[in-house]
Order: sequence, then C-alpha cells, then structure tokens
Amino acid sequence: MELKAVGTAGTLESSDVMITLEPKDSGGIDLTLESSVINQYGRQIKAQVLASLERLGVKNAKVIVNDHGALDCTIKARVECAFYRGCQCDMDGKFDWGGVIR
Amino acid sequence: MKNAVGREIPAEALAIELKNGRKYEPYQGKGYRDGKYIKKAGPTTKIYENPQESKILPSIRDAVIACGIKDGMTVSFHHHFRNGDYIVNMVMKEIVALGIKDITIAASSLGDAHDPIAEYIEQGIVTGIQTSGIRGKMGDVVSHGKLKTPAILRSHGGRVRAIEEGDVHIDVAFIGAPTSDEYGNARALGGKGDCGVLSYAVVDSEYADKVVVITDTLVPYPNFPPSIHGVNVDYVVKVDEIGNPKKIASAAARMTQNPRDLMMAENTAKVIAACPWFKEGFSFQTGAGGPSLAVNRFLEPLMDAKGIKMSWAIGGITAAICELQRKGKVGKIIDVQDFDTGAIEDIRTNPNHYEMTASEYANPANKGAFVNKLDFVVLAALEVDIDFNVNVITGSDGVLRGAPGGHPDTAEGAKCCVIVTPLTRGRMATICEHVVTVTTPGDCVDVVVTDYGTAVNPNRPDIIKALDDAGIKHVPIKELQEKAYSLVGTPDDLQWKDKVVAILEARDGTILDVVKEIKPYEDK
Repeated sequence: MELKAVGTAGTLESSDVMITLEPKDSGGIDLTLESSVINQYGRQIKAQVLASLERLGVKNAKVIVNDHGALDCTIKARVECAFYRGCQCDMDGKFDWGGVIR
Repeated sequence: MKNAVGREIPAEALAIELKNGRKYEPYQGKGYRDGKYIKKAGPTTKIYENPQESKILPSIRDAVIACGIKDGMTVSFHHHFRNGDYIVNMVMKEIVALGIKDITIAASSLGDAHDPIAEYIEQGIVTGIQTSGIRGKMGDVVSHGKLKTPAILRSHGGRVRAIEEGDVHIDVAFIGAPTSDEYGNARALGGKGDCGVLSYAVVDSEYADKVVVITDTLVPYPNFPPSIHGVNVDYVVKVDEIGNPKKIASAAARMTQNPRDLMMAENTAKVIAACPWFKEGFSFQTGAGGPSLAVNRFLEPLMDAKGIKMSWAIGGITAAICELQRKGKVGKIIDVQDFDTGAIEDIRTNPNHYEMTASEYANPANKGAFVNKLDFVVLAALEVDIDFNVNVITGSDGVLRGAPGGHPDTAEGAKCCVIVTPLTRGRMATICEHVVTVTTPGDCVDVVVTDYGTAVNPNRPDIIKALDDAGIKHVPIKELQEKAYSLVGTPDDLQWKDKVVAILEARDGTILDVVKEIKPYEDK
C-alpha cells in the first residue's frame, strides 16, 4: 500500500486531531505540528504520529498535524485513516485489522 | 529558597521592593502571621474646609490633570463591571494621551475587557500590574516577559491587606459607579449599568491619596446609603457610559445539564452533608461555575431531610442562592460581588441581602473577616496536585489566564474547603503531580471531588472520619492522579526562561509561587 494522493482524516473539534498526509518521492517525513497542548504533549504527539507512520510503512511524506487535545488512540486512528484515504484503497477491500492497524 | 509548598522562590523575587520597605518572605504555611501586628499606611489627603458646591469635573482628562498624575504613579480600579468595564480603558487612554508613563495599575481584577492595556505594556508605558485576575492579551504579553516589573497577583483579601499595610500605595483611585451625587457618594444601584455592590473599591476610596468617582448617572445629593462615601472622594466625572450593561450583569447562569457536572455536584453535596458542620445555622459559599453552582440544587433536599437551614451565605452571589433564600432556607446573604442580574435584582429589594467590603469578606489582616466564620466553601480549579495545591491562574501552556480571586481566602478560612473538578479536561490532567503554579496552598484544601472519585487531604482526619462514618467512598489523591495520567498520558514539564514575570502572593503577603517567562515549544 502506498500514498498516491493527499489523505486527510479527523476534524478541528476539541479532543480530535486533523491529520493530512501528502505523498513525496524522497526526503523522509516532513512533519508540521500544531497543538493546543503542544507544551505538555507535543513530543508525545509527534512520537505517536511517527510510530504509526512507520508501522504503516510510510517512508516519505509531508505530514500536517493539527491537534486539539486528542488522546493517543485518536491520533493513531486518524493517522491510519488518512493513510488509507491517501492510498485511495478500495473501501470494501481488505484492511489489516490488528496488524498495522491497531 | 524553597517555601512551604516546595516552590523555589528565586532571589530576584524576594528582592522586589515593596512601597513600605517590607521584605518579601517565602510562604511559611497557613496562619504564619497570625497574632502579629501591622501598622496601617494612611493616605495623604487634601483638606476641603471651604464649602464647594460640587466636585464635578467636565472630563476624565480634567480629573487626571487635577489629581496631578505623574510618571511613576500607581492608579487603581475595581472589577465590579466585569467584562463590561469601560473605566480602565477610558482612564488609561487619557493618562497615555497626556504623555504620562511608568504607570502601575493596581486593580482588584482585570479581564478580557482590558486587552488595550496590553499595548501600553508593550510600549513600556504601563510598567507595573497588581491585580487578582489577568487574562486575554494582557496575560499573554506579561507571560512573554513584556511587562517591565513582575506582575503581583493577589487574592481579594490579600489585596486589601497589601493596601492597608502599604505594600502598595495608590496615588489615584478611579472608581466607576452606577450612580453618584455631585459629592461622590456612590452606589451600585439605580443607574444604567448596575453592578449591585462596590465592595472591592471601598479600600481604594479609603487608602488612595486622590479618589475620582466616574459615573454615567448623576443623582441628587445625598445619594444614600452610599457604598463609596463622598467624604473620601476628591472629584466626580460624568461620562456617557461606564460600561456595557449586558456584560456587567449577565442573565442568570443556566443550571448545568451536563451529567458529569451534576454527578460531581451531587457528590459534593453528600460530602458536605456528611461533615459535622452541616447542622442548623451552617454557613456556605459557592462559586458560579457549572458544578459549583449545581451544588446548591443538591444541597437543598439534604437540608430538608435533616430539617436544617443555612444562617448565611457569602461571596460572589448568584440568583441560585437568592432563590434558596426566598424559600426561607438561608438567613442572610452577605454580598461582595454579583454574578448575575438575579443577584443584583435581589439586593435591590431584599432586606436580608447586604453589601460588605472586600475587607469584611476576606482580609487576613483585619480582626476577623467573614471567611474566618465560614463552614463550607465549594471551589473550582484548573489543576490540583497530589499535595492538594491548587492552580487557578496559569493554563497548561504556562500563560496567565485566571484569577486567585477569593479562592485562597475562603480555602484558608473555611472549616471545609471542597474543590470540584473533572479529572481531565480534554487532554489536560486536572489532578496532576505538580500544578504549574500554586495559587492556593494545599494546607488549606480539604476535599477534592472529581468524576472519578473523591480524595480527602490526609491532614484532615476529622473529615476522613466523617466520610467513613457516612459510608462515602474516598481514595488517596495519588490514585486520582494516576488514573488521569493513564487516560491522557504523562505531561511533559513546561519549559521556562529565567525571567520572573509574575509573583503569586499568599494572602498574608509572603510568596507562594512565581511565574516565569514561557519558552515557546521547541521541537527536539
């Protein structure tokens, strides 16, 4: 599975996070983070996003994270969703539940 | 040097010069100054022996000139007009227009209505802020180190003490008043923008060298009984509007329907009812926040069940407590501030609803304020830590955005201080290991009620026993903090620069904590 287009998931509501993934050919992960809780959780949000991307096998991407205090589980879910949307995969296709999707 | 709540108080904070030469000390624990003496600092006031017909001046500008405001002076304001206040901005605009600089604003509180002051801070015209509340743009610029001297933040009672003791000297007090006569007898009722009481401004009128009353409603002399006495007033100015009436008095706070708030309120009422002070004639204060306000509603049936009444309620008054009084369940309401139109309407007509001064309410240095006789107080918090220290001033980003208000005063005075707060707000852990800033010391906080359980301060074995006897479950506060962190993760410590931007004074005038300049988040 590979990012083909811009994939977005999430909202700008409190306790949610909006994740945007843009495919890139090279240069690794270029992450921009905005968060209402950046001072206390910025490091952890970033780590969570990068870990999810690694699990999904994303090597090169422009990543925009606009967080409004989402918990880790929400961050994971939004990253996964943005990824599969960006891959333009078949909605009825097979998803790796319990594998790379946790 | 570490103080009694374990906070490092830097030498630069302890070295701050107070007007009377008193030296700052680190907080030593509650009751530290009990029994000691203070010498009150009197103002230098002008003799008006020759009769004058009127004290009215044509404009605020004329009053600023007549008062002889000069560079380096301190001017004061009250916050009874809350977010509808026009007075602070109107007066400061004239002071700035006259080219006067190095001004200290000593207000009972400041809020979002005062965003224009942030610009004067950035321009270096306002160089000192002494207040209870600091929010909005002003909180932001102060947190980013733009104010020349550290802001001094005090509780409502602590402010009265500081003025009486001479820690701060007010050169000119500008007192906005809903009504005044030509001699400065001022009241909070009968005008276009009524605020109910003028409690916080009384000490200003008594201790400032010059006093100016600003009103939009002149009434015939004598405007009696006055909150601010004309004998203390130099000048009166009539303006078009003292404030926005809609923001001075909001409609009654709607009772919360949030089930989490209601559950916490109900549990709080049960804690109160389990305590030995819940008996005929008990006294009570609660705030205007969602769960605190809702406690009134759950307390009433418990009072009925026990067949008891409240003898008096104090504090910021809301329609909810007035309603309870109308049902015959509260003897007297003693009012220091009105939070809604219901409370203002009530003090207008109800002979058992009285105005008191901020000193009578909460001053720790007088001979016994109302808070010293208080049985229960229910308060909110931004954060509470495992030592029961409370923060109500700094947000999770370290920026100033709150007010100690009467929190530390009532917490120390009351026999039982209950903090009601959800365990988490969004991703923020309300119950945490260490609060960002200590605004009320843990030795004054007795019970913490959250949506995940209740904790009692171990230094209150009497309350622990009362809850055990009543079968009310409680847990160590550490357990609540661990639960919170398991939900939201362990927060990283905030990053600060070295500069002290604000001093948190304990109500006795020692230093409880300092706020440093916030360091922007750095990606590491």
